[in-house]
Amino acid sequence: MSNNGHGASFINRQSFIELDARERATALFDPGTSRELLGPFDRVESPWLPMQGITPQADDGCVVMKGKIAGQAAVVVALEGAFQGGSMGEVSGEKMTAALDLACADNEQGIPTSAVILLETGGVRLQEANLGLAAIAELMASILALRKHAPVICLMAGTVGCFGGMSLAAGLASYIVMTREARLGMNGPEVIEQENGVEEFDSSDRALVWAIHGGEQRYATGLADALVNDDTPQVADAIRSFVSKGVPPVHRSSQGVLYRNRIDALHTSQQWDPKEFRALWTTTGS
Amino acid sequence: MEQIEFNYPAKRKVLERAHVGVVGSGDLEILLEPAEGEVAHVFIRTSVDGFRDTWKAVLDRFFTKYDGAVRIQINDAGATPGSVQLRLEQAVEVSER
Amino acid sequence: MSEYSGVRGTVWFRAFTGHASPMIGDPKSVLTRDAPLGSDHARFLCVVPDPYARFPCVRHGEVGLEEGYTLAARVREVIEHDKNTIKRPIIAIVDVKSQAYGRREETAAIFLAAAAAADAYGSARLAGHPVIALVVGHALSGAFLTHGYQANRILAFDDDGVMIHAMHKEAAARVTRRSVDELDKLAKQIAPMSYDIRDYAKLGLLYKLLRVENPEEPSQQEIRSVQGELVGAIADARTSPVDLRNRLESKEAREMRKASILVRTKLEAQWLEN
Repeated sequence: MSNNGHGASFINRQSFIELDARERATALFDPGTSRELLGPFDRVESPWLPMQGITPQADDGCVVMKGKIAGQAAVVVALEGAFQGGSMGEVSGEKMTAALDLACADNEQGIPTSAVILLETGGVRLQEANLGLAAIAELMASILALRKHAPVICLMAGTVGCFGGMSLAAGLASYIVMTREARLGMNGPEVIEQENGVEEFDSSDRALVWAIHGGEQRYATGLADALVNDDTPQVADAIRSFVSKGVPPVHRSSQGVLYRNRIDALHTSQQWDPKEFRALWTTTGS
Repeated sequence: MEQIEFNYPAKRKVLERAHVGVVGSGDLEILLEPAEGEVAHVFIRTSVDGFRDTWKAVLDRFFTKYDGAVRIQINDAGATPGSVQLRLEQAVEVSER
Repeated sequence: MSEYSGVRGTVWFRAFTGHASPMIGDPKSVLTRDAPLGSDHARFLCVVPDPYARFPCVRHGEVGLEEGYTLAARVREVIEHDKNTIKRPIIAIVDVKSQAYGRREETAAIFLAAAAAADAYGSARLAGHPVIALVVGHALSGAFLTHGYQANRILAFDDDGVMIHAMHKEAAARVTRRSVDELDKLAKQIAPMSYDIRDYAKLGLLYKLLRVENPEEPSQQEIRSVQGELVGAIADARTSPVDLRNRLESKEAREMRKASILVRTKLEAQWLEN
């Protein structure tokens, strides 16, 4: 599913990207059906940030809401990209994992419950390092358990993108929805430039960055299931349709043979032009 | 991280709580809740130390116009006085909807 | 703090299986072999450096595209083979420097290759296979998420050459805008930030910390002893639920992950309300 971004509809669009995590999560639900769990007034914060002079956020940068999407029970978990880069700490990580586990338990009780995860995140919160990394591993385990019953949909809208260990969580999703502004990858351009030099990745080359990690490229190479405009009703519509679609017959991350064949067929003698890569990638293998 | 507290006299009973903002760089979040008694309590946690006087000036000014009996929690990551003012006004607006 | 040497994986893989080779058709960076372990016939897997790897950014032991998909395939083989029979143990021997940092890797979606491996390991665990990770050296970030972190039980050597972390110290210092000295000081008070495996053990994620005199040249007795520990971990996994709740229910977790436990308790209570 893809829409072009021109015309009158562009002018009238309601930007999804300009919304904060709480507003984004709310916008995805059937009107009036959602409520927040462990919100700011519960004050479950990071125990680790104040120890290092960093002001904690009352919800630890993770919003959990429960309600209905397309008439079905759903939980939405949204990371706040503006707080610590949306990074996974002990509390934000556990909020996400526990929410998915509760959704899984409901499914087992006969209440079909989907999960939508909004990823604006650089991955592990280094100020909580090993608890952040462990949280991602536990989240991944919970995604694997839940997605047998109901779809786990990952939505990346921008501007932080989805990087680091959380890209693996996205890789396990039933469906990935991205805007053009969004990016998805394991390592950001700065990290690659830092580790292997500017020849390997010039992080100042914005066109290159989006050509590799951007939503349009990911969609064109079959790594995202929908490319949506930065328009709240369109985003909500895409989420609704995937909730209704249900669990896919096979998950992308379970199709290792297909992807391994594609990797085997790639030459490695030089870098690939991202546009040319689209043809290389989708016509080989399987 | 610095913790700062202020108290101001308050007359009016407030009914609704409010939450605004994000603890992003140069920003802050505010949790505003009704409080018992005739005092407004303000608790600030800020990652930028040494600006107690600036906080006091902003809050003194705010409370010349606001008389709600509230508990206000501010979690700050280096916002300007202008931004603090804005967020306080937003919080009041939300609580009085 | 230790440098990644890239030899420990091979040493321990050979110690348990008598060999150190990939399966036919696999890249040289992934060792796979089935070998006896206690009364089981376990599958052992390990990622090792291949200086002649096809992809330039994985020549020093990084976990990349081929590694992710090969691990996935060799783990899935076990799941498929054991569908209607006893679920064999799967042992991940872990000494991985990091994930691969390359433009090719990002273009060809290394995130998915990593997810595919984690999917296979996690699915094996959910299907009833005891999945055990033995950290003999480094277990960093995306590489550990790919190979080892979906295990039922994690064991590690109590040794300065063993490190489990989200990012190498110099890079972490740069990203968090602190000096390495400042990071070290913080790590002393904040266990999750520490690079010391003994502090990691306090988090409650490890099944056991094992004492081995020289992990790069173990004695026969030590090898047998570690095998015994693996057998114990397998038995423990077999009599427990297939999820990762043990990581939150351990004695250490109840001390160091109080916030996680509080989140879970409160979220459940609020979930059921109304």
